Amino acid sequence: MAVPSFLARERIVARPGFNRWLIPPAALAVHLCIGQAYATSVYKTALVAHFDTSLTAIGIIFSIAIVMLGLSAAAFGTWVDRNGPRAAMFTAACFWSSGFLVGSLGIATEQLWLVYLGYGVIGGIGLGIGYISPVSTLIKWFPDRPGLATGMAIMGFGGGALIASPLSRQLMDLYDPAYDGTAGTVPSGSAVSLLFLTLGLVYLVFMLFGAFIVRVPAEGWRPDGFDPSMVKKKSLVTTDNVSAGNAIKTPQFWLLWIVLFCNVTAGIGILEQASPMIQDFFRDGDTSQVALTAAAGFVGLLSLFNMGGRFVWSSTSDYIGRKPIYMVYLGVGLILYVLLATIGSSATWIFVLLAAVIISFYGGGFATIPAYLRDLFGTYQVGAIHGRLLTAWSAAGVAGPLIVNTVLDTRGTPGELVAGDYRPALFIMVGLLAVGFVANLLVKPVASKWHEPKSAPSTATQEASAVR
Amino acid sequence: MSSPASTGTQQPSSTPAALIAFAWTLVGVPLVYGLYQTVKTASSLFTG
Repeated sequence: MAVPSFLARERIVARPGFNRWLIPPAALAVHLCIGQAYATSVYKTALVAHFDTSLTAIGIIFSIAIVMLGLSAAAFGTWVDRNGPRAAMFTAACFWSSGFLVGSLGIATEQLWLVYLGYGVIGGIGLGIGYISPVSTLIKWFPDRPGLATGMAIMGFGGGALIASPLSRQLMDLYDPAYDGTAGTVPSGSAVSLLFLTLGLVYLVFMLFGAFIVRVPAEGWRPDGFDPSMVKKKSLVTTDNVSAGNAIKTPQFWLLWIVLFCNVTAGIGILEQASPMIQDFFRDGDTSQVALTAAAGFVGLLSLFNMGGRFVWSSTSDYIGRKPIYMVYLGVGLILYVLLATIGSSATWIFVLLAAVIISFYGGGFATIPAYLRDLFGTYQVGAIHGRLLTAWSAAGVAGPLIVNTVLDTRGTPGELVAGDYRPALFIMVGLLAVGFVANLLVKPVASKWHEPKSAPSTATQEASAVR
Repeated sequence: MSSPASTGTQQPSSTPAALIAFAWTLVGVPLVYGLYQTVKTASSLFTG
């Protein structure tokens, strides 16, 4: 499918002298917007009241969006690699913004199915395309520091939630004077509808700015002082390329799928339950030593570690290697989970410290995976391969909460649970991390039979010649 | 760190420093706002 010429890849090939530090803000402009997906809890209660429905019916909106993220990233990954980041960011902006506008209409007219269609389906497609759109471009601009580059962009996804949560509260306060953000007050449906309208328009402008400034490096470009032959000396790092179609036929792809699935499922186990979990761990009879406001603070702290881990651990992987850093995420994470289950309830600071480091590994796992893919499969279609791997995220998004909620449902009723009730769920996560650890250990260089012929044209060249 | 492109047949052109500063400011300001608000909320864990 051809794209309009102003979006075409050959229109955005950087001239000699272009400064590559303009690319991270372009990527952040997209990821800071789509990261809003993790801030949906802000208006969840308002939508339950507005539609007079259950929390599950409203929770489905987010679930649809995350499933669509994985599916669209997998389905459009090759298209994104072929047409370049401007076309991808532009398309993501249109879908993400349209999702909000259709959702706003659904809330205003009290049609919940329109919110499913808008935010869930249309917005979810924008999420998937937007998430992978800048990744391969950043890897090509920063061949010397791919972990740092992808860490910066994917950190933005974590940062997007940090911005959207307080911003949404303040906007709903503006649109509904009766709502002041304190416990017990719920914003009106029209305030949420106006919030969706505002976010849709603001995100459109922001993401289009990213699409406007993004550039791809010219064929053969490399940073000053960077010698690709030095990269080859590191184990598991290839200078060959594997197509997305072939990548999914390799055991390496599926081993990384398992690694990502296990790491994300384990992290979601804590993230989903963060607020009630800390209260339950320190419950004494009917009351908890941890107040509701302190529990909200704990959620905030986890968000900070989730975002920080994306940047810090992914950047660290440039120095210690991708396989070793996943051994840390999964191996040390496993030990921390055991400690959380056994001594986590002995002191609040121990619980907070363990959970914070676990969540930083969760974020790090997300941010480092594109660089790991680039090491194994080369840069040729790394965006498309990354897109296909994100189906692991969709699966984990369903499995993580399912495991925790199923275990907790069998242990008692919310508000009466204690630390011991979480133990079975935590040990299931330990088992999952062990599986992920073994999968990571089994990762070896991709067999040469999957490599593209050396004379194969790059994606950029293919596209340019196709347009000519 | 600035890294000029080292290959290509097009005329060289430098990226205006003001554009880079503007782009980083545009993404940096909302990020700092979000960080500040979240740190404020997180601090209640230690004070509340």
